Amino acid sequence: MARMKFLCDADRCIECNACVTACKNENDVPWGINRRRVVTINDGKPGERSVSMACMHCTDAPCASVCPVDCFYTTADAVVLHSKDLCIGCGYCFYACPFGAPQYPKVGNFGSRGKMDKCTFCAGGPEADGSKEEYEKYGANRLAEGKLPLCAEMCSTKSLLAGDGDVIAQIYKERVSKRGYGSGAWGWQTAYREAIAT
Amino acid sequence: MSGVLAKFMTQIRFIAGALALAFVISVATPVSAQQPSSVNPTASSVKEQQLLQELNRIQGRVSIPDRKSDVLEQPAGREWRQWHQVTLRWIGGIAILGMLALLVVFYLVRGQVKLESGFSGRKIVRFNALERFVHWLTASCFVILAISGLNITFGKPLLLPLLGPSAFSTWSELTKYSHNFLSFPFTIGVVLIFLMWIGSNIPNGNDVEWFKRGGGIIGHDHPPAGHFNAGQKMIYWIVVLGGGASAVTGYLLLFPFYGTEIAGMQLSQIIHSVVAMLFIAAMLGHIYIGTIGMEGAFEAMGEGTVDVNWAKEHHRLWLEDELARGTSTAAERSAAAARPAE
Ligand code: HEM
Ligand code: SF4
Ligand code: SF4
Repeated sequence: MARMKFLCDADRCIECNACVTACKNENDVPWGINRRRVVTINDGKPGERSVSMACMHCTDAPCASVCPVDCFYTTADAVVLHSKDLCIGCGYCFYACPFGAPQYPKVGNFGSRGKMDKCTFCAGGPEADGSKEEYEKYGANRLAEGKLPLCAEMCSTKSLLAGDGDVIAQIYKERVSKRGYGSGAWGWQTAYREAIAT
Repeated sequence: MSGVLAKFMTQIRFIAGALALAFVISVATPVSAQQPSSVNPTASSVKEQQLLQELNRIQGRVSIPDRKSDVLEQPAGREWRQWHQVTLRWIGGIAILGMLALLVVFYLVRGQVKLESGFSGRKIVRFNALERFVHWLTASCFVILAISGLNITFGKPLLLPLLGPSAFSTWSELTKYSHNFLSFPFTIGVVLIFLMWIGSNIPNGNDVEWFKRGGGIIGHDHPPAGHFNAGQKMIYWIVVLGGGASAVTGYLLLFPFYGTEIAGMQLSQIIHSVVAMLFIAAMLGHIYIGTIGMEGAFEAMGEGTVDVNWAKEHHRLWLEDELARGTSTAAERSAAAARPAE
């Protein structure tokens, strides 16, 4: 089985937000929720870099650990998913997530923030693969169709890579050795407890 | 003549211009002619590890309208998880179970604090209807806040295996609603308690004496006390300060991103839960002494009156004051409220 990961090559990302748009469209994500976003560091200054970020599907995921109702589960492909039927909208996963991935339909917590929503690696949720219920709650299940997440597929510079961790790490390594530089796989150390040696 | 000169000058200008152009090109060319392999844009760019070392978080700018999503990475989330899943459970477990164990041992060793002079049958008003209402409003909210809060901390390991995922989620959603909504009457209760009883809860010399004599309950002493003894004053201040702290931090959690961002919310949760655990432990002690721990104590908050002998033993200075002021026309009320001797 593959161990799915995301990798954003910050030296290539041009902050075009195509991944953000692709995700919103493919998964029919409601207004106010962005499962993926592009953060630009030192915007407008020399040496600025942009990184496209969503749920990293962490190893030993902190969100799953702190969830008071234990509504997370990890698929055989190591994708971290959750059940909206069980979620109580407490917001704890957001406190624990190193990447700000969990999103909530309601801004305030008065009573509840509503069912948490986050990137599913285009792998849907606990409902039957490809079912209408699954699509309505979690969006597309491309993985079940043998396709990778649309954000990475759409990336105009192929900065964003999605797929088996070993494969995308290899692609990145080859890139770095060919062009002679690379700022590393952003977030990997925090998410997977390993960096890519380049 | 002048025509030749003008022509010459034009030539000079042309040559000078050409030289200047050649110079510019010769200066500029080496850069663009370099091999790509020797260019390293990362050398001068922001770097993840360096940014994390500086602030332990990476923040930037986003073009979507959701400003709060501009924190790219906050590894502190993993530390907060460690806190919530391990440290907090230890603190809570030790505070609450430790207090329960202490009370059981105390009860077995010391036993109930008896009314040594027996019930006189004459009663004196200790808490009026408003005071009792505020007390029970706060207390009932507190119990539900405690249960619903502890469900967040300990429900997953303790209750989830018993109830199963679906029932436990429904229960947790219910307790979460109770926690969030009952926070309002609870906060009002704490404010009223603060205002209502502040007058008799200022520490004074008697309290030092009271502590020196172990409050009279470690042993069989009766140090003098006013309306509230030093132990009760401690409870008062725990309620006021603990209630205040849990309310402030609780509301920060209840309204995320109003006044706090991610680090502030993690800190709020840490303070909220530690205060809550210690608060619960302290209230267990309070409940003990108000019920099975001391004979004749519960009726003070139950019916509002206490036996005069009870007042004499536990709150002598208060009783003297009341009698001296002739307030509450103690005798009349005592006759009316006297309960049949059992
Ligand atoms: C006074 C107003 C209070 C407010 C506004 C408040 C609000 C909150 C909120 C928003 C949470 C996060 C979980 C959730 O969304 O349900 C929480 C958790 C918690 N509260 Fe309160 N609370 C208050 C008072 C109290 C009191 C008095 C206690 C103790 C008896 C308490 C004990 C707890 C505990 C134990 C947790 C769970 C901590 C954890 O495991 O993370 N709260 N509270
Ligand atoms: S990135 Fe956040 S939401 Fe995704 S698995 Fe990691 S902790 Fe969970
Ligand atoms: S918001 Fe939902 S998914 Fe996140 S920790 Fe709370 S119950 Fe779990």
